[in-house]
Amino acid sequence: MNYRDFQRTMPEAAVDLRRGRSLWSYTHLDFILLSLLLLLASYGIFVFYSASGQSVAAVERQLIRYGVAFVVMMLIACINPRHFRRAAPWLFVIGIGTLIAVLLVGVGAKGAQRWLQLPGLPRFQPSELMKLIVPMTLAWYFAEKPLPPSLRHVGVILVLMAMPVLLIAKQPDLGTSLLIASSGIFVILLSGILWRYVLAAAALAAASGPLLWMVMRDYQRQRVLTFLNPESDPLGAGWNIIQSKTAIGSGGIYGKGWLNGTQSQLDFLPESHTDFIIAVLAEELGLMGVLALLAIYLCIIARGLYIAANAQDTFGRLLAGSLSLTFFVYVFVNIGMVSGILPVVGVPLPLVSFGGTSIVTLLAGFGIIMSIHTHRTMVTR
Amino acid sequence: MRRHSPIKDHLSERRTFASRTLLAFAVVVLLMGALAARMVYLQVFEHDRYATISDRNRVQLEPIAPTRGLIYDRNGRLLADNRPTHNLSIVRERTDDIDATIAELAQLVPVTERDIAGFHKRLRERRRPYEPVVLRFRMSEAEIARVAVNFHRLPGVQIDADLTRYYPYASSLVHALGYVGRINERELERVDQQNYSATHHIGKLGVEKFYEDRLHGKVGLQKVETDARGQILRVLEREDPQPGQDIRLHLDIELQLAAEQALGEQRGAVVALDPRTGGILALVSHPGYDPNLFVTGISGRDYRALQQSEDLPLFNRAIRGRYPPASTIKMMVGLAAIDSGTVSPAYTISDPGWYQLTEGGRYYRDWKRWGHGKVNLKTAIAESCDTYFYDIGHRMGVDPMSDYLGRFGFGRVTSLDLPEANGAILPSKEWKRRVRGRPWYTGDSLNLSIGQGFMVATPLQLATATMVIANRGRWVNPRMLQRVIDEPEFELPVPERKQLADVQLKRDGYWDHIITAMEEVMHGEHGTARRSGQGADYRIAGKTGTAQVVGIKQDEEYDAEALAERLRDHGLFVGFAPSRDPQIVVAVVVENGGGGSSAAAPVARELFDFYMLRQKDVQLADQG
Repeated sequence: MNYRDFQRTMPEAAVDLRRGRSLWSYTHLDFILLSLLLLLASYGIFVFYSASGQSVAAVERQLIRYGVAFVVMMLIACINPRHFRRAAPWLFVIGIGTLIAVLLVGVGAKGAQRWLQLPGLPRFQPSELMKLIVPMTLAWYFAEKPLPPSLRHVGVILVLMAMPVLLIAKQPDLGTSLLIASSGIFVILLSGILWRYVLAAAALAAASGPLLWMVMRDYQRQRVLTFLNPESDPLGAGWNIIQSKTAIGSGGIYGKGWLNGTQSQLDFLPESHTDFIIAVLAEELGLMGVLALLAIYLCIIARGLYIAANAQDTFGRLLAGSLSLTFFVYVFVNIGMVSGILPVVGVPLPLVSFGGTSIVTLLAGFGIIMSIHTHRTMVTR
Repeated sequence: MRRHSPIKDHLSERRTFASRTLLAFAVVVLLMGALAARMVYLQVFEHDRYATISDRNRVQLEPIAPTRGLIYDRNGRLLADNRPTHNLSIVRERTDDIDATIAELAQLVPVTERDIAGFHKRLRERRRPYEPVVLRFRMSEAEIARVAVNFHRLPGVQIDADLTRYYPYASSLVHALGYVGRINERELERVDQQNYSATHHIGKLGVEKFYEDRLHGKVGLQKVETDARGQILRVLEREDPQPGQDIRLHLDIELQLAAEQALGEQRGAVVALDPRTGGILALVSHPGYDPNLFVTGISGRDYRALQQSEDLPLFNRAIRGRYPPASTIKMMVGLAAIDSGTVSPAYTISDPGWYQLTEGGRYYRDWKRWGHGKVNLKTAIAESCDTYFYDIGHRMGVDPMSDYLGRFGFGRVTSLDLPEANGAILPSKEWKRRVRGRPWYTGDSLNLSIGQGFMVATPLQLATATMVIANRGRWVNPRMLQRVIDEPEFELPVPERKQLADVQLKRDGYWDHIITAMEEVMHGEHGTARRSGQGADYRIAGKTGTAQVVGIKQDEEYDAEALAERLRDHGLFVGFAPSRDPQIVVAVVVENGGGGSSAAAPVARELFDFYMLRQKDVQLADQG
């Protein structure tokens, strides 16, 4: 089989060629996506300052994280997606290895082992890397297969996916394992899997609900129960949800004003600068602020999906599509949880919540998306 | 690399992908819409509800305890003070492990089992969230320092300053003032809960209890903005507490201390009254105990020691001790006899040393075995001749005696502001039938005539009855309160059941007769208390009494020495001075003192001297 058999010219590419390569194109950044991400980050910092109790030091730390993350994004954007594709299986093996290492020698806090401290390396969270590696690996696997995938291939994919998901769930880190599972599911859905398989899987999932309940840890069950009835324990587990709903609701349409949120500034709101930061925004900037944030998120996701749809190969399509949709899962689970329509799962509000690793991983993901977009060749394969 | 996907259809894949992506985006838009709808629901439709919750969250009403009113004596000496103390408290909500924290604290400062038990008890009681609960009261400077340097290791531990009642005269005044102690559940139900929401102490006994309403004051409130930890960030509104009213008592602390000193180590009670006002100048019950121990909560061991002491320090003898009044009521019995017309003031008998109701019957003995010879009322009082009173008691019977004694306040509580005062017993025919289920015998009348038998009275009652004589029948109810300092117009109300009519005699001269007889007791040649009346440059009217603790059988030799100390007679004395312009009335009971003239009268004389001579000094100073 020879690629040249399928070669044909692209009319737009000819235009590009005539125009010559601008300096910007050397950066391999997508201007629209970058602008949206910078807008989101600025908005996030603004809210973060208030949520951190107006701590300049915390804002500085967050700014450094953004800086590092944007640099990582730019570097990754420069890498040709070909290399990701080639490296994917190896990265996957290494990733699984580090996850096992975490369970054996990991460090952590509050009963969860999530961190790996390797000599000579900064402390890091292997599960975060898996958020990129898993969709990459699955996209790599499908890229070679005829699509829509056969049941056998889907089976292989599910096994590949289950390994990191279960290992991370065991740490335990429900939020991350949920995000990784959804990134895998998006790859499968986008690959064009037949709807009858999807329906069958959905039916199976519904049936396995009780089974899931049995393997859940006590605190996870507690979260589900609290979600179903937060008033049952208003000072204990339900406190977070009641306080965050109060913060959001008391914000009204225009909010109490920046830095004037009583719920957040007086510490009624727990985790106000991490997972519950949207409540601070909602309280201080009101419905308007929330809608603005949702609009920015929607634009980012739309741009990500547009890039995915325009990617030149299956690998790029599936990877960019999965990363964009996973980004949406972050948004939906976090806001859904804080506003009380989903159970409490430790998922940060992407690019706004405090948390170094998540910001770096997310922007690295956007780096991959940009790389997919900006490394299009004039020829398709 | 082996390719095994020859039939990969890129165009169809691309089309499928595009449609799936479009579908996914539609779902994304839909779910985003759901989030937005949720936010609209919370922020627009439920806004009012959550705005209210949010306000309630941050704004709390915090009560501020009023400062308790002070208590002064008649000369402005402070009797009950509020002193700043430092307590060690723990905020449960900020502590991870209470027991571990207590264990750590116990290594720094002494924390007894009792402190811990008390802490857990207080923890169970009603409290606001984030309200500190006291573990140790009255921390010393050194203890505060030791805890303070370790604060960083002890989250939730704090040292609070508080005003605590302090009684500078401690055991000398406890029976006169009472004390405050930590408020308990039962008391909390009785008081206005809101007014006591910040108060930790309440009057438990005596004046502190009776004037609780005035001394306590009114609680203040502040509306504060707090954070989720209950820490106050700023005060939004404040209504200052109204401090309790200061009160001034009739009590004369110097006289009180002099009376205590005069009693010395003896068990007993002294009550001194100002006959013009009924004001209680001194109220001593010895031994006493330190009320300061009770303010913060006395230890079980200390309390048991007090409770089990043979000297009964917890017992307020002055207002609750029920003693046979013995000869101290002979004036009233005599008045009853002449005023009821049973005998004339000049009635005279010949005393052989005993009295018999019937020929060959039981001998009612006089204290003087060989008798007093010819005695009339005056000499009978002066020499405390029992036979004379047997005779008139027999003649008039129980009814006039009981009636007249009642008019002098026996058998009931007449004091206005001593909540623990006891009414003791004034026997009558009706009383004996009701309580003893027996009829009244003539012998009972004979016993009553010399203040023995069924009759018992408290030292306060003895002083009160004597005061009525000093006032020649005019009644004033004994009282502690002189005035409420910021409310001088306040008059202590006299409840109806305590209102007694002035004692009206058929002839005013009878008062003179009796008072002259009482002067004879002190200054007469044969007066029983002549030794205590000697050398006084003012005239004293008095009467001694000797109350038998055990009954003496017929013909049995009475030997005080042989009796165990606890079985010795109580010595009693009542009197006033100066006899023609009474300024002070005194009643003294010395338990097991032996006799009134030897044990009680000298105590009273010391008081008279102290009071009268100081008055003179003051007058001289005023003139100079």
